Amino acid sequence: MLSHPGCKTYFWQGNEACVQAAIIAGCRFFAGYPITPANEIAEHMAVNLPRIGGIFIQMEDELASIGAIIGASWTGTKVMTATSGPGFSLMQESIGYAFMTETPIVVVDVQRMGPSTGQATKSGQGDIMQSRWGTHGDYTSIVFSPNSVQEMFELTIRAFNVAEVYRTPVILLAEEIVAHMREQLTVPDSKAININDRKKPRPGETVFFGSDEIPPMPAVGEGFNIAVTGSTHNEEGIRFTADPVVHRKLIERLNQKISDNREKLVDVESYNLEDCQIGIVSFGSTSRAVYEAVERAEKKGVDVGYVRLKTLWPFPEKPVRELSNVVDRIIVPEMNLKQIFYEVERVAKGNAEVVPINKIGGGELITPEEVLDAILKGE
Amino acid sequence: MMAEKSSIKKYLRGMKFPFCAGCGLFGIVDSFLRAVQELGYKNFKKFVFCSGIGCSSWIPSPFFLADSIHTLHGRSIPVATGIKLRRPDLNVVVFGGDGDLMGIGLGHFMHAARRNLDILVVMSNNMIYGMTGGQVAPTTPFGAITTTTPYGNFEQPFDAASLAVAAGATFSARWTTAHLKELKKTIKIALGLNGFRFIEVVSHCPTGFGRKRGLKTPQEFVDWVRDNAISIGEARKIGKNKQKNKIVIGEFIRKPRLTLIENIYAITREAQKLGKEN
Ligand SMILES: Cc1ncc(C[n+]2csc(CCOP(=O)(O)OP(=O)(O)O)c2C)c(N)n1
Ligand code: SF4
Repeated sequence: MLSHPGCKTYFWQGNEACVQAAIIAGCRFFAGYPITPANEIAEHMAVNLPRIGGIFIQMEDELASIGAIIGASWTGTKVMTATSGPGFSLMQESIGYAFMTETPIVVVDVQRMGPSTGQATKSGQGDIMQSRWGTHGDYTSIVFSPNSVQEMFELTIRAFNVAEVYRTPVILLAEEIVAHMREQLTVPDSKAININDRKKPRPGETVFFGSDEIPPMPAVGEGFNIAVTGSTHNEEGIRFTADPVVHRKLIERLNQKISDNREKLVDVESYNLEDCQIGIVSFGSTSRAVYEAVERAEKKGVDVGYVRLKTLWPFPEKPVRELSNVVDRIIVPEMNLKQIFYEVERVAKGNAEVVPINKIGGGELITPEEVLDAILKGE
Repeated sequence: MMAEKSSIKKYLRGMKFPFCAGCGLFGIVDSFLRAVQELGYKNFKKFVFCSGIGCSSWIPSPFFLADSIHTLHGRSIPVATGIKLRRPDLNVVVFGGDGDLMGIGLGHFMHAARRNLDILVVMSNNMIYGMTGGQVAPTTPFGAITTTTPYGNFEQPFDAASLAVAAGATFSARWTTAHLKELKKTIKIALGLNGFRFIEVVSHCPTGFGRKRGLKTPQEFVDWVRDNAISIGEARKIGKNKQKNKIVIGEFIRKPRLTLIENIYAITREAQKLGKEN
């Protein structure tokens, strides 16, 4: 355990980095249910949380796990759960509930190969659209995609900060490969780590679901008489299940509080966007093959630029559109059967041809050669 | 009487309950609030209410002047778990229907009883899914006509109060909305205990169930209860077979044991010592 988080380097597994980051971010409650390849997150939480007075509990299923973290969040606690595809599917109804009730929660989905039980131990990127559209109704999700152990750490902290500040669920969409590999990572000095907390109401306040775009959040037991409901409600949390105006106003605000802050939420790594002939849009582990392919292409005299999506949702439209204005061709490698591809096509609006590389099964990664081949094909 | 009525008003936001005329839920609300008042609570500051989805789940939310979390269908107990684990000082009370707690949420109910989670669960058992229009529930009597068993229910119902006992509840009781005095007394007892406590209230739903069973008015329901209810003591004497189609009422168990809160916090204190040694 990190007892004195000064600037230090460690050699951790991605899942462990996630746990240490969560604890630094202030997570004090974790509920989960066993599933490969997310198990190490629960196991490290079970070791670490009780030592600092936090609570770890293994629930009877994922429905209960996410329910428990939602309850704990309303006590003013920072909370997290971790799962993989099958469990993530079970959690969808409650993700909508957390969105509707403006409950900050962090959900880690360590992706494996689906659908269904699929290939439980093999890495994949098949939950991209589920992380955007998994629950019913009109909602907006915030999803981060780490490509290294260092980023498992950094984006976990960011997930907590964003969940707390925006009062909404945030999903860390990891992958088996990033969760299980060991890499060196640097943990900055604790003073250099930015930690955000939810806004609290002043005594006597009664409006916790409106008025401000992101309203203050009281905790139970503080005397506010909070009414929390996943049904349509007015600014004071009182159910209004028939009034069209109350519904419109609520749902539009819940979506706008995210879309209005798109610029702040979107985070990409971009390279050589000014003078590239060919572009690549990638995310997560696949981006690591892109790095090498780009280097090799440059040696052959082909200038390639890329946008790597650290934020998957809201979709980084601006950088992808800019890329499409510069290049004729955008390659989109993904370990699924085309998910981000269609987003890139939508945003490129015909400015550039969008070329997919897709691979699924057995945890086989997209290789630098495959990306390089796609780069050179048009040359 | 008037003075008493107005004094339970202090626990309410003052909004009108949306239940149908003659609904048994009114009696459950009244018994609960009177129990709280007789225990001397001036307000709900020390309480948090959780409920699922259904008519019964509307009892606290948002009508009680209290913190109330109206969760998803079947998920009140997990949310209550998260709250109680982080705020062991608060009384966490769950309200729900038989569909909510014995159908979609049964897994959580059984596990919370097994863990001996320190919450009180008050379940209104109207023997059908009320809010959605009177469909068959896991508590519907064998043979009963409902909107989804038009030729009679071909399944056996759960005995919720006994299930709670089997799963490890420290307290379990069953009354009906024709036994409001006893219900109030039982709520007072249960609020004074720790661990997983369960109160089942066989309740009158004139709209969803009464219509089909010839129990349209509250009086017809009371008569039906009087003709079919037997005490738990009597039930134990006559044996399982003769209890069929009877409503067994009374206290099924009161047997304290170490609770989840006691156990988890004992472990946490030990682990915190390790944390410091590191
Ligand atoms: C996941 C899900 N499935 C179904 C429903 C629809 N639904 C709303 S209330 C209800 C039944 C409630 O019955 P019960 O819990 O017995 O409460 P009552 O209305 O009888 O008091 C159902 C099935 C829902 N809201 N959510
Ligand atoms: S449908 Fe039944 S349970 Fe629901 S309010 Fe009406 S009478 Fe009561």
